[in-house]
Amino acid sequence: MVVAVVAMVRRRNLFAVIVLFGVYSFLMATVLVAFDAVDVAMTEAAVGAGISTVLFLGALHLCKSEVATFAKPRKHRARRPLLPLVLAVGTGALLVYGSLGLPAFSDPQAPIHVHVAPRYLNEALRETGVPNVVTAVLASYRGYDTFGEVTVVFTAGIGVIALLRRRKQWKEMGKKP
Amino acid sequence: MNRQLVLRVIAKLLIPFILLFALYVQFHGDFGPGGGFQAGVSFAAALILYALIFGLAAVRRQVSDMLLERLIAAGVLLYGGVGIAGMLLGGNFLDYFVLDADPVIGQHRGIFWVEAGVGITVSAVMLKLFYLFADRADRRQGAAAGLNAPEGGA
Repeated sequence: MVVAVVAMVRRRNLFAVIVLFGVYSFLMATVLVAFDAVDVAMTEAAVGAGISTVLFLGALHLCKSEVATFAKPRKHRARRPLLPLVLAVGTGALLVYGSLGLPAFSDPQAPIHVHVAPRYLNEALRETGVPNVVTAVLASYRGYDTFGEVTVVFTAGIGVIALLRRRKQWKEMGKKP
Repeated sequence: MNRQLVLRVIAKLLIPFILLFALYVQFHGDFGPGGGFQAGVSFAAALILYALIFGLAAVRRQVSDMLLERLIAAGVLLYGGVGIAGMLLGGNFLDYFVLDADPVIGQHRGIFWVEAGVGITVSAVMLKLFYLFADRADRRQGAAAGLNAPEGGA
């Protein structure tokens, strides 16, 4: 994954960058499989590597240019990377510092594992008859949240439709704008 | 045409299995990994692959814009409808226990329909997004038919 990221940053050909994005997503999916989060891995592989790659390619196709260019004159280039670098390293250091306060990875006594998780794990099969706990939690115990998520997808979808569909297409479809 | 022969043959072989796998992920999500979201995305991905190889017009003939827009709303309404159905049967909103005499079967039924709603909305939104992107590319190209297949749709 580190190799993919470094290659992505160094490339100027955006087509290669998009393909590397897909590679990164698949690697991420394998990491998630290794963590036994198969449902999330599936989503990552399908959305991250599949759909978003296609959408990126579509956007690139619209841009008509495959190579990233710098608009600014050359003399500014030398000091430009400094501020983003400081910001990125600073944020990373802050996140690492914050993660020091978290319980150790896969610690059974961590707060999230002693609240409702045991009840879900132990009772889900009996209460819902659904062996996949992820599905049971998503669709049943957290049904309101998932309803909200579907509404978000719906809203995002109609938002994009409203943005990208132009008046001309409305006329072609024989409708009012 | 010759240049894309391999792509066409392989895509024709693969797409039915991708669609079947998406349906498997959808309806087997209770037992194995998967669920509405993953299934919806896989289903849309299969159709997008078809569009990439055979041209946007070929997919549009099968799945029209009108149908997609209705499906986007239908999925949300199906999800909400399951919740309302629970209310009508005397429970709370999205209470699946009342959907059947046996609470466990009721849960199963509720989860099944809710996941179906998620899958329908997600796949329709993904496909619609692709349509909109590809459509703009097509318009810019003029008469060309597909995003990556200039002679597609033949």
